[in-house]
Amino acid sequence: MSMRTPLKNVRHLGSAKEGTTHWWHQKVTAIALIPLFVIALAYVVSLVGADYDRVRYILSLPFTSLILLLLIGATFYHMKLGLQVVVEDYVHTESTKVVLLMLNSFFCAIVGLAAALAVLKLAFGG
Amino acid sequence: MANVERPLSPHLQIYKPQITMVTSITHRITGVALAGGTLLLTWWLIAAASGPGAYATVNGFMESWFGRLVLFGFTWALFFHLCNGIRHLFWDAGKGFELPTMRKTGMAAIIMSVVLTLLTWVIAYSMGGAS
Repeated sequence: MSMRTPLKNVRHLGSAKEGTTHWWHQKVTAIALIPLFVIALAYVVSLVGADYDRVRYILSLPFTSLILLLLIGATFYHMKLGLQVVVEDYVHTESTKVVLLMLNSFFCAIVGLAAALAVLKLAFGG
Repeated sequence: MANVERPLSPHLQIYKPQITMVTSITHRITGVALAGGTLLLTWWLIAAASGPGAYATVNGFMESWFGRLVLFGFTWALFFHLCNGIRHLFWDAGKGFELPTMRKTGMAAIIMSVVLTLLTWVIAYSMGGAS
């Protein structure tokens, strides 16, 4: 029993004009984050009480960089999608909503890129 | 508004808390809190990349009682969002919608999040926290 017109079903993109993309990306990043989070947590726990040189050494290993870059990518994209829904649910003034959605995108991009650059610096020295 | 006779949905304040609504709103709250928590991870990574001085500063914060409190909350928020997120993935696959199942998995998510948080901290302290 569908409330949609046949044309709407054919186009299947809904009112946001992007269909299930948002939902699907949220799911893909969620699944990716399960193992990435577990591995990253193991790293953090193993580094408790470690001195600076040890931390620096562990963070310079290629596998660490790979895990951290994947974690950062999935986390900040998942976070951007999640915070976007929160804004869309609670902010109904169009102009405020658009500004907040933009700030959300900027915030996630800036913090995520900053974290990724730190990982790259740790990986390649300097 | 005059003459509102249609049924109105009850306000949250007078709504009896149920496991389904509590886990739902907590999922959202922990999600937003975790977004703030990413600043902590980013600060730590940048400090480690910057040098021993910056790293000592971030480490000093994390070892303070306030830092520990924030980290403990961060750990629990991560585990809750993870456990409850797995429930969401099952719902997305069309499974687990029966009310008794919903209540059981909701309770399981809460209990697991607490157990895993405590376990993580016990392991962390036993491995390196003593030094």
